[in-house]
Amino acid sequence: MAKLILSMDGLVLKEIALTKERTTIGRKPHNDIQIDNLAVSGEHAVIVTILQDSFLEDLGSTNGTVVNGQPIKKHFLQNNDIIELGKYKLRYVNEAVAGQAKAADFEKTMVLRPGSVKAAIPAPAPSAAAAAPAAAPVAAAAAAGAKNFGDSVAGQSATAAPVAPPKPAAAPQKNGALQLLSGANAGKELDLTKPLTTLGKPGVQVAVITRRPQGFFITHVEGAIFPVVNGKILDAQAHSLNDHDVIELAGVKMEFFLKT
Amino acid sequence: MTLSGALEVASCTDPGMVRSHNEDSIASDGNQGLVVLADGMGGYNAGEVASGMATTVIITELQQLLEKRVPYEIDVPSGQLVAHRLLHEQIAKANTSIYQAAQSQPQYAGMGTTLVVALFYDNKMTVAHIGDSRLYRLRGRELRQVTKDHSLLQEQIDSGVITPQQARQSQNKNLVTRALGIDPIVEAEIHDYETQPEDIYLLCSDGLCDMVSDDDIGLALQTLSSNLKLCAQHLVQTANDNGGRDNISVILVRVLRDYPAPRSIVGKMMGWFK
Repeated sequence: MAKLILSMDGLVLKEIALTKERTTIGRKPHNDIQIDNLAVSGEHAVIVTILQDSFLEDLGSTNGTVVNGQPIKKHFLQNNDIIELGKYKLRYVNEAVAGQAKAADFEKTMVLRPGSVKAAIPAPAPSAAAAAPAAAPVAAAAAAGAKNFGDSVAGQSATAAPVAPPKPAAAPQKNGALQLLSGANAGKELDLTKPLTTLGKPGVQVAVITRRPQGFFITHVEGAIFPVVNGKILDAQAHSLNDHDVIELAGVKMEFFLKT
Repeated sequence: MTLSGALEVASCTDPGMVRSHNEDSIASDGNQGLVVLADGMGGYNAGEVASGMATTVIITELQQLLEKRVPYEIDVPSGQLVAHRLLHEQIAKANTSIYQAAQSQPQYAGMGTTLVVALFYDNKMTVAHIGDSRLYRLRGRELRQVTKDHSLLQEQIDSGVITPQQARQSQNKNLVTRALGIDPIVEAEIHDYETQPEDIYLLCSDGLCDMVSDDDIGLALQTLSSNLKLCAQHLVQTANDNGGRDNISVILVRVLRDYPAPRSIVGKMMGWFK
């Protein structure tokens, strides 16, 4: 469940859990988060929460709403965003993100079924529909299936699965390149910047060099002849490339090397 | 009717880096022009049971029915294309089987599955889908997502609440608004598309498209199109390299040549008298 931490001059005043579909912020007493300060408008802003996601919207306030230093009209809140209203700060904390161990659980596909649960979410105010047309009906449909799928952790703990999966797109630290050693273009260099680089002649012999977090690999793609690395003919499996490996492909020799 | 030689099919499925079970199921029959992919959900092994039932029912029943029925003809009682009728009926059948198993056996309570099916015939394909498993098309250099997810995020994107870019940061991933086996009745979304030789179709579970960007998927399909099996393995490997947080399944179909329906007068006459 996401929450807001209200503070002024570095002093924490209170924590507010975002349990409602609409959490209003303003100077007037009927707001969910009342901030009695003249810099804050009577109805200043609203946070619309749809399951795990929260959206902040300025309600045409006099002094505006600022998130992470940028004035916003509407903003999709991310963990640790700082909302500024005059001298007050609201920090948005989404524990679904903070609790990494639970992250895998949230990856589980679940079914949203309209009308199956009376919901922790109260019936949306009429203005909610205007603010977020589809959000209202969708949010009213609560995750009924959730309970049934909650026991996935049991199976998971049995494996040596990493708690925090590796970060996406972790490119190898070093860049790779090829230098042609023979043929018409001998001496030319080719940087291996793309995730996939094909080499050879289509229809005759093609191999691909893949750039992975673990390093660079060469794999045969098509043709009757397989590539040769350091004088050894490869099989259909991917072959890990080391610095200064010599590749022979479609009659051309080239050297693979790592760049620092 | 057989499409032998018109389509090349390759597939790969993997539990990923985090999960111990593979709850995805895939099945294909290149000669009948039929590919099916399902991503199951439910506790313990119920997800595997649901997705396995879906692919098995749909592939085995359709294989038999396609021996007798011609997908591009009109089904007389319903006025629908036979392909649509068959898909409707068999998806309903799979739904009932899963729903009844879930109702009658406590360990399967609440299980369900997504589904994407493509049936190729007469230079066309009919695609039926439920949930967030997808079908993409590569034509030339352009990769296009053909199916539209039945998910909370897609509904939010459609109504302008969030942008597709914001959707990638959402915490509400994997909330599907339709699934097979959850309710007594389910409606699949069914559409027809023209196909062209050299098109490549990709069916995948969300374990691929959540972990690998469309650009990288497109690059892999273009670069490795001459070795479809390697291409399928590469896509799964890329998803794993990026974290592999869910099960990953891909089916690739490449159109090798035209496969028009027999349109001679005699063929049509034969069709009438059947």
